[in-house]
Amino acid sequence: MSNTLTHPAASPYSDREQHAVANHLGMWTFIATEILFFGGLFASYSLYRWAYPAAFVTGSKHLEFWIGTLNTGVLLTSSLFMALADLAVRAGRRGALRWSLLATWLLGALFLGLKFYEYHLAAKEGHVPGAHFRLEVPQAPQVELFMFLYFAMTGLHAAHMIIGLGAIAWLLWLNHRRRLGADHDAPVSMVALYWHFVDCVWIFLYPLLYLVR
Amino acid sequence: MPGPRPPDYLAAGHTIGSWLLTLDHKRIGLLYLFAITFFFAIAAFAAALMRIELLTPAGDLVTSETYNRLFTLHGVTMVWFFLIPSIPATLGNFVIPLMIGARDVAFPRLNLASWYIFMLGGLFTLYAIVMGGVDTGWTFYTPYSSTYSNSHVMAMAAGVFIAGFSSIATGLNFIVTIHKLRAPGLTWGRLPLFLWSMYSTSIILVLATPVLAITLLLIVLERCFGVGIFDPKLGGDPLLFQHLFWFYSHPAVYIMILPGMGVVSEIIAAFARKPVFGYEVVAASSMAIGVLGFLVWGHHMFVSSQSVYAGVVFSLLSFLVAVPSAIKVFSWTATLHRGHISLETPMLYALGFIGLFTVGGVTGVMLATLAIDVHVTDTYFVVAHFHYIMVGGAVMAFMGGIHYWWPKICGRMYPEWPARIAALTIFLGFNLTFFPQFVLGYMGMPRRYHVYPPEFQALNVLSTAGASILGIGYLMPLVYLTWSFFRGRRAGPNPWGATGLEWRTDSPAPEHNFAETPIVTTGPYHYPVQP
Amino acid sequence: MSPGLAFAFSDWGPGTASSVAPRVDLIFWTILGVSAVVVGGLAFANLYFLIRYRRNSPAPRPPLRIKTAWLESAWITATTVIFLGFFFWGASVYLFAERPPAGALTIAVTGRQWMWDIRHENGRREFNELHVPLGEDVRLVLTSEDVIHSFFVPAFRLKQDAVPGRRVSAWFRATKSGTYHIFCAEYCGTAHSGMVGDVVVLPPARYAEWLERGNAMEDLTQRGRRLFLRYNCSGCHDQPAAVHAPVLTELYGAMVPTSDGRMLRADDAYLRDSILWPQKDVVAGYEPLMPSFQNVIPESDLLDLIAYLKSLPGRQPPPAGPGESSRPLPP
Repeated sequence: MSNTLTHPAASPYSDREQHAVANHLGMWTFIATEILFFGGLFASYSLYRWAYPAAFVTGSKHLEFWIGTLNTGVLLTSSLFMALADLAVRAGRRGALRWSLLATWLLGALFLGLKFYEYHLAAKEGHVPGAHFRLEVPQAPQVELFMFLYFAMTGLHAAHMIIGLGAIAWLLWLNHRRRLGADHDAPVSMVALYWHFVDCVWIFLYPLLYLVR
Repeated sequence: MPGPRPPDYLAAGHTIGSWLLTLDHKRIGLLYLFAITFFFAIAAFAAALMRIELLTPAGDLVTSETYNRLFTLHGVTMVWFFLIPSIPATLGNFVIPLMIGARDVAFPRLNLASWYIFMLGGLFTLYAIVMGGVDTGWTFYTPYSSTYSNSHVMAMAAGVFIAGFSSIATGLNFIVTIHKLRAPGLTWGRLPLFLWSMYSTSIILVLATPVLAITLLLIVLERCFGVGIFDPKLGGDPLLFQHLFWFYSHPAVYIMILPGMGVVSEIIAAFARKPVFGYEVVAASSMAIGVLGFLVWGHHMFVSSQSVYAGVVFSLLSFLVAVPSAIKVFSWTATLHRGHISLETPMLYALGFIGLFTVGGVTGVMLATLAIDVHVTDTYFVVAHFHYIMVGGAVMAFMGGIHYWWPKICGRMYPEWPARIAALTIFLGFNLTFFPQFVLGYMGMPRRYHVYPPEFQALNVLSTAGASILGIGYLMPLVYLTWSFFRGRRAGPNPWGATGLEWRTDSPAPEHNFAETPIVTTGPYHYPVQP
Repeated sequence: MSPGLAFAFSDWGPGTASSVAPRVDLIFWTILGVSAVVVGGLAFANLYFLIRYRRNSPAPRPPLRIKTAWLESAWITATTVIFLGFFFWGASVYLFAERPPAGALTIAVTGRQWMWDIRHENGRREFNELHVPLGEDVRLVLTSEDVIHSFFVPAFRLKQDAVPGRRVSAWFRATKSGTYHIFCAEYCGTAHSGMVGDVVVLPPARYAEWLERGNAMEDLTQRGRRLFLRYNCSGCHDQPAAVHAPVLTELYGAMVPTSDGRMLRADDAYLRDSILWPQKDVVAGYEPLMPSFQNVIPESDLLDLIAYLKSLPGRQPPPAGPGESSRPLPP
């Protein structure tokens, strides 16, 4: 999905528009893959939620509700700035692009910081599944399953966030080198699509994990 | 156009770097060809050891631990490092851009990256093998794989997990390539059937592989942290694993066979000098298989203790997915009717494919029948059935495709008579190996058995005898194809007189495929009508 | 079934010994027959076309008169209808075979690496053997203690996975006396192919007699042999083994030299100590490789294991244990 125009010998495209359309189709196909990737976890979640509803409520009550809620707001705001960045690059406004990207990056980093703080709290209280799991509640093994799904789903989401932060940093560097503009907006719109997708995943994770209490 | 000829893709560079850093889809196709030939050899060697062990009812050649590692090695390597990349990543990479009149695939760097990802996955798998192997079977059933097995499950799972991303990258590349890079005039209704089948295959690659990836990740997490997502002792459900696994692995069967069907359609049309009968229906059946293939995974679980009603629904859907396959077989036969048929090697493989695939198909219908499946599932009947599909089908088509496009790959012809003899040897050896296994399975011999009751011996000896013939059959092309790559008779741009854009450019293909973008004005297989 | 087929099956078939088996066979042979006609027809058509329409043949090739759409619709419809017929037939037999009838005799079957542990209604227990009465409905309740196994009796056309954490029913009615294979059909680890056994179908009167006779006392040596396999003692002490370990036949009652030069009599106490504290008296000529089984093998199992070791052919005739303790050993 990188810019193959820098190596004209290998470019399979006849014009820039064809390239842009291909990029978009590629990104959407990739997102389809990602949906199925998370889909396996959502399927597991559904099965165990159906099998152990009470344990899932217990587990949910042991999550830091305020962090989850705050993070939802943080992430949605970061998506707003990402959308602004997309508008800015199409208008050719480098300054606005830089500030929007920077805001997106910082909000994303804030989300991760809060997330890892929440992990830290969970580890301290022994809510991490595995050998050190201790939670004196009824149905403890089933609650542990919930916790496992919580860590697997939010962990996978966080991994996607880290990749996203890397991509935004790359955009900032490209912008700094004056290689983005109205006629070269593909990298921004690709990263924006990805960022919004990761945001959408969280919109499903938040109610499933924090609001089932 | 007059002027100096552009260099062909083989002459474009002779350094190792010109191969390992190439962005040319044709060279990447060849890189894949070398890699999968290597993996095929490893997996075939494991199969040979197993067949020799099964000559006698007692376990006298290898211990049961070794035997269990051998069939796991055979399955994992054949499925993920040979069959799945076989036609898509080698022939697909090589001919898709040529067939649609494009300079390359949509994302050449991603294409090269996919090969490196594939090799990295292969390295992990080889590491697992060298360190002592894995004894779970290629299906990694839980809780055996997640809790009980004392073998290198994590390295093997990591290898398959990584190789999965190469599948996804390849599938994504082909979808975008076929959508966006077709030559002017090459509408969907004019697309050769190989491209229809590759399009359907790519969709499966992109949508099914991630589910396998997450499932393997869960096994690794379960082994690392001792969390029981699939372990009933900790509240988990081992059947969840089977659902997730077959949600990928049943469509994966179509990843293996759909490209083969596409290759066979191309070959039949070219050697019968006729359009494929019922082009629209054959194209649509590829798409139907792709869609229905996602809805039949539960037929691997009829005796797993899933609900009997789920079993009934999955059985019905499995019968329905067999209909489009049957349509293809009828259409190929009808294509031969009133054609101008010649029997060069690719055609022999295509005809062999039709025969063996049909046997695999009708035994698949038996397996879809609930009452029969209960008796023969997990026996040699199933083993024989899927080898008829995967070896009799996919590998025959792969061999046919390699011979068919060989002139385009190296600009030279393979020697015809040795190739014909090899094709017949493979056909005979294959049937002798696997037909007895249908009988063994119905008699009740379970699969993955290292020792077995003596009444099964005669058929096992027959099967091993067939396997030796099959092995010789597979060695022959390795020799004469290598020879012909350097010394074969020069082939012109279109040695078969076939239609299709790939035959409108030089052999071997020029570095950028076409001197100028071709324009398509007719449907595929536009052979002149002769009385 | 025609005499020809009956002959073909008489020798090598899986046997037909349950009420469901002939029904499954009938579907199988019907589909096989229809498939043979279709595959044979296709093969004939292909060969005929190959010869008649070879490239330089003079056969006329006029354009097709009928519309291709008609042909396609015809074979799509025909295939679908035939397939639906097979589906309904197969599903109806399956639903019959999957639903246990009321009032069936219930037998509990537990799969365990690598054996079948079977308990009858009156508490009689047997391993890798299942005795059942002829002509009566028998319901098996299957489960597993470790990994997934699958209880497979080819002669009954019966197969059901035994899944840990679940109890699943399967049923059959045996229609012919005799002994038939039990196989584990779901791969379950190292000795998967050793997880086999026999179904013994007895006339009801003899079954009742068998059930009562065996109920008196469990066969300790048999259980001991099973434990010997289960704790994987056999991995080293059965011949041939990968590890250099003493052979245990002709052991009980014999004098054993230890590596520090003592001579000990292999009595009950010696056997017990050697299992729990193997480093204590290492036999001369062997490395101290064996791990301790203290806190691993419970006391009751230890008794059975020692009973088994005593039953191995020895210098002194082993004291007669309960049941059939002197039965010959499997190789």
